[in-house]
Amino acid sequence: MLEQSGNPDPSGAEELKIGVFICECGINIAGTVDCDELTEWAKTLPDVAFAIKNRYTCAEPGQQEIKRFIKEENLNRVVVASCTPRMHEPTFRRCCADAGLNPYLFEMANIREQCSWVHSDRKQATQKAKDIVKMAVAKARLLEPQQELEVPVTQSALVVGGGIAGIQTSLDLADAGYPVYLVEKEPTVGGLMSYINKTFPTMD
Amino acid sequence: MDVGRHPKIKLLAYSEVVQITGYIGNFHVKVRKKARYVDESACTACDECVKICPVVKPDEHQLGFATRKAIYIPFAQAVPAAYLINMEDCLGNNPIACGKCAEVCDPKCIDFDQQDEFVEFDVGVAIVATGMDVCDPTILDEYYYTKYENVITSWEFEILTGPGYITKSELLRPTDRKLPKSIAFIQCVGSRSEKRGNPYCSNICCMNTVKDTLYLKDHHPEMECVVFYMDMRTFGKGYEDLYKRSKALGVKYIRGIPGDVVQDPKTKNLIITVENTTTGKLEKHEFEMLVLSVGVIPRLETEQIQRALTLSKTPDGFLMETHYQLNPIDSPTGGVFLAGCCEAPKDIKSSVIQASGAAARAERLLSTGKVTVEAITSTIIPDLCKSCGICADACPYGSITVDKEAKTPAVVVSAACKGCGTCGAECRFGAIEMKHFTDDQILAMIDAMLEEKPEEKICTFACNWCSYAGADLAGLSRMQYPANARLIRTMCSGRVDEKFIWHAFKKGAPVVLVSGCHFVDCHYIDANRWTQKRVESLWNKMERKGIRPERLQLEWVSAAEAVKWTKVMNAVEDIRKTVTKKEIEETKKILM
Repeated sequence: MLEQSGNPDPSGAEELKIGVFICECGINIAGTVDCDELTEWAKTLPDVAFAIKNRYTCAEPGQQEIKRFIKEENLNRVVVASCTPRMHEPTFRRCCADAGLNPYLFEMANIREQCSWVHSDRKQATQKAKDIVKMAVAKARLLEPQQELEVPVTQSALVVGGGIAGIQTSLDLADAGYPVYLVEKEPTVGGLMSYINKTFPTMD
Repeated sequence: MDVGRHPKIKLLAYSEVVQITGYIGNFHVKVRKKARYVDESACTACDECVKICPVVKPDEHQLGFATRKAIYIPFAQAVPAAYLINMEDCLGNNPIACGKCAEVCDPKCIDFDQQDEFVEFDVGVAIVATGMDVCDPTILDEYYYTKYENVITSWEFEILTGPGYITKSELLRPTDRKLPKSIAFIQCVGSRSEKRGNPYCSNICCMNTVKDTLYLKDHHPEMECVVFYMDMRTFGKGYEDLYKRSKALGVKYIRGIPGDVVQDPKTKNLIITVENTTTGKLEKHEFEMLVLSVGVIPRLETEQIQRALTLSKTPDGFLMETHYQLNPIDSPTGGVFLAGCCEAPKDIKSSVIQASGAAARAERLLSTGKVTVEAITSTIIPDLCKSCGICADACPYGSITVDKEAKTPAVVVSAACKGCGTCGAECRFGAIEMKHFTDDQILAMIDAMLEEKPEEKICTFACNWCSYAGADLAGLSRMQYPANARLIRTMCSGRVDEKFIWHAFKKGAPVVLVSGCHFVDCHYIDANRWTQKRVESLWNKMERKGIRPERLQLEWVSAAEAVKWTKVMNAVEDIRKTVTKKEIEETKKILM
């Protein structure tokens, strides 16, 4: 999936064209950060060829917009200013890859969890969002395409603990055909449930 | 039980995981199989050995309410259905002393010389289902659990009414072995208390008590049953119905937690003083038996697995999931999933749901057959490498090898590298490049951050797994902190190179904060020990150069510590305010 080539070699003298996509996240970001001001300002940053704001960048129309502008504007770096990369970095990396751009040429600016949600002063939050975008663009200018390493997955599972949860997981995996090693520290499986007489709510 | 017979399940009972190495898709596991002194596969569970064994001991599985022999089976339906010898209890295979069980054993499966065995194998995924434990009621001894025999725990209630107990499921009062005419339950023993026990709700105790009262009322409609509670939490499907049924059968629910219990020395009855919070009156009640509805706690043994798999805990001590709502089964370590009560206290149904969920999440990886490793690993630049070997020392995974004698450049096994970047930060020759977190990229971010009004900013490096996630949680929880904080995310605080910090000061940063995981939580085993070492050495260097060491702060903030994150931010802001423009200019001059 991530092995598409077709993207420009940045080590060459190719001109940088960074696209910045500012997400309003409904009012989650736009409620505190002036997204219009931020978008206009992003256009002034070095090597930024294009900047636009979306209502929800992660939603289908937002993603379509990224893909469209990568092609129309010949973008070779993408910055999305929205939520935490811990949430949607994989989403946007896939989106770039779908548009033929190496997913490692994407960078995220966290202007929600670490900006609009923690600061109520609009001026200060907008100023901070600008810095966050500026830092992301600074990194984006130096991004390089990467190839992910693919490793095989050993076709077996370890389950630690032979209580009701461990037993259920083991049976599900084993029934699906995968060898399971079930490790239980007590001499028998059953865990705490083996002590219990009746169970709620069925009283059996 | 099916797990013992399933052709695809290798059951390693009476065993412990001693080591897990590797990474998503490729874990190597070492297990110690403790000696049972009985050959599991040959044992027919005929019971002859148990009959002849002369040693009588309290039975742990019955909490000591019944007895077992030195050779025993935990309970009749145990899996595997084989005996084991507790060697501490056994008289030993000395013909003068004993050895009687071996004599009567027809399949000859008793082996006094059996040793602990080590079993090693490879797996692609791991599911942690280490469960929970029951809270110790002695921490709240106003109920005199240790002093009055007729005060028992809800856990003991299970055993006393269970099928295995000698009373054959009949609840008898410990002091006179008679069926009690009245019984009371006290809820939240060890739960929902900031002072003693645990602050959290243990989730299952309310329903467990409702169940216990129904069991008693079904068998003994005349028995007086009273429940003392703070709030009855009966939120699950069918739970409220059960609660109503209990009330309809005459079980009395009194809102108020008793403050004191006194035993009548003659009758051994228990007199409870309680403030009924519905009426506001102080009441006294007398019962023949008292059950403490004890909460649940994380299992201590889980810590070993937690460390081996670099998992994190939430402040309550249970294992942390990747995302509270949207990814409640995956652990933050790739290829490792959580099931059951090791993640949080839960009832049987929820445990089974999560267990099936964990199996499905694991299958998703197994059925694909391959996994891609994020391209954030380290790369050696051979021409710059001086073969000093510090990178190999710093790597928590042993993924770098250097032949110092031959002076050949270091070699990285990319599949074993997890991308913490500690090697890159430790290399003094610039011979290691961290993909996607290169020196140049991070330096460029520092430049961008400090280009305008650097004196107003808090330059922060936060590790992806703990501190950055903790800052995210502060956002999710809508906490407020100073708006001048600027974060640079690195995978691990171990990535924060000395030169990043000097660069920030050169560019006019008033303060620099380096923040990582607590030592037990480090997602790269112990890479943050290198962070600490490095920052301590930087403090010395700053001192010598005449730069106030307080301007470099080091903090450990976990993914769950949003409150701590905001406190740290405020504290660092207080330090920043003490740094004058003049001081910044002087620092710049010193570092020129």
